[in-house]
Amino acid sequence: MMGVNFLADLTIKGKAGLLLILAILISLPFWSSSYIISVATITLYLAILGQSWNLMLGFAGLLSLGHALFVGISAYLAAYGFSVLGLPPVISVFPAVLLAILMGMLIGYLGFRFSIGGVYFALLTIAFAELVRISVDHLGFIGGTEGLFLPVSEGDRKGVDLINLRGHPFMFYYLAMVLAFLTLAGCRTLLKSKLGYYWQAIRDDQDAAQALGINVFRYKMYAVIYSSGIAGVAGVFYAFYQNSLFPESVFGIERSIEVTLGPIVGGVGSLFGPVLGAFILTPLGEGLTELIDFLKNSGIIDPKLKLNGLKLLIWGLVVSLIVLFKPRGIWPWLSDKLGFCRTEGD
Amino acid sequence: MAAFLEIENVSKSFRGLKAVSNVSLNVEEGGMVALIGPNGAGKTTLFNLIAGVFPADEGRITLAGNDILGLRPDQICDAGISRTFQLVKPFPDMTVLENVTVGALHGAQNIQEARKAARNNVELLDLANKIHLPAHSLTLPDRKRLEVARALATRPKLLLLDEVMAGLRPTETDEMVAVFKSLNQETGITILLIEHVMRAVMSLSHHVAVLHHGKKISEGTPGHITQDPEVLDCYLGEEEDV
Repeated sequence: MMGVNFLADLTIKGKAGLLLILAILISLPFWSSSYIISVATITLYLAILGQSWNLMLGFAGLLSLGHALFVGISAYLAAYGFSVLGLPPVISVFPAVLLAILMGMLIGYLGFRFSIGGVYFALLTIAFAELVRISVDHLGFIGGTEGLFLPVSEGDRKGVDLINLRGHPFMFYYLAMVLAFLTLAGCRTLLKSKLGYYWQAIRDDQDAAQALGINVFRYKMYAVIYSSGIAGVAGVFYAFYQNSLFPESVFGIERSIEVTLGPIVGGVGSLFGPVLGAFILTPLGEGLTELIDFLKNSGIIDPKLKLNGLKLLIWGLVVSLIVLFKPRGIWPWLSDKLGFCRTEGD
Repeated sequence: MAAFLEIENVSKSFRGLKAVSNVSLNVEEGGMVALIGPNGAGKTTLFNLIAGVFPADEGRITLAGNDILGLRPDQICDAGISRTFQLVKPFPDMTVLENVTVGALHGAQNIQEARKAARNNVELLDLANKIHLPAHSLTLPDRKRLEVARALATRPKLLLLDEVMAGLRPTETDEMVAVFKSLNQETGITILLIEHVMRAVMSLSHHVAVLHHGKKISEGTPGHITQDPEVLDCYLGEEEDV
């Protein structure tokens, strides 16, 4: 049902394009390397998070710079449940997502109750993410700075155990793909629902929205609840894919910034923007690493040359150029050029 | 029998400046009342008090006998009052239809029903050929029409119109006046409007109240108001000099 709806926005060309992309993604494990699969898995994971973040900023106008908090807190709960209590992730995903949502609701309540808007709301999200990062540093029972590890045996990497999320990298890849697709279809359904209309109205003009009978506090809370919930699901995936969690690498502000970049590059407020952004940025970063290694190995540049920051420098330059020349993101421009999306109509 | 909207001795000061001072006004159900007066007379402040934008310092406002002072703007809308903004507030990145659909969702069962209702309101306000344009691309007169369409879409019992005819050409003004007249006759909607365009005030309103320096200085039928020396002195008379 959702999938059918979801195709309604696309032209014939758009449907063909989507089918081609799906075919490439589904067949990827059969013809590419395990390295490419790992990059693609992280890309899909970041696409999910980008979608979650975009739901708050792009749909409802709420800037979060602490999305790592929702991911991390859920990841930690699921990882602790598995490694210490032996809870399979199919069960722990519920309390994990609930915890992420409660954290979102707490921040939302404080922000919206006291009318903290715009960049000040973003500061509030950073503050909570940092608060939790530092707290987890000092919580010995979940590893503190030493980190929390999930048990993984050599046999685990061969099978497919969806209950315990132990299995071959391909399993994680396909799971990420399904989750990314569900997130996309879910966000589309939300955007076209009453919630979506109300969120966009609040984003565009809060006073006018309120005058039209919208309980602004309540609908902003819904945005935070959905967004943190999706991030929570992604967090459980992350925990079982990475098998190791460290406060700095999970809750660090770089993680929260990383989440924002895909949608910014792809197009804030659009449905496909966050996905496209993730598919541009992650492969670009990895591709640069590969390129530099290749140039060194083949002797085109001196292998002894230290080029540690070069990748990030080029990557940052590309991101800056995109933001400079396509400030509304690549997707709105690209879909217009390619004629993938139907223009607004019934 | 009490009036539909009753404003009783309402006052509001901003940093010591009395924007609205001890104003009382009754609007009968199905009535069309105009609020006129020079710039800075406190008309929009009075609207904002009715619409719940800020609380009054003193006084009472009731709608159909229920106290509405102190309610939030969205609760005021739930109570059956919808308003337009003098400085128009469209949702710029949404289309005309989406803008109006947001209003129509108030009380609609689902999106389809809301979009259908919104479409009717868009047509009513003569925006049908711009229905899928983003609101930021509209001209000011069209934005004013959008304000009205969106406010009407919430199906209010009382409509507050804040200078929606400013900037319209005379023929366009007449068209909008006709829309309000027929709405009033067909649905019995009550209208309270702030307006400088006397052409609209004269043909639309049953009753006119004049504000000056935050005080109500006169009220009565349109014919009565235009003869009131005090009103001529502070407001209407000046227009003739221009």
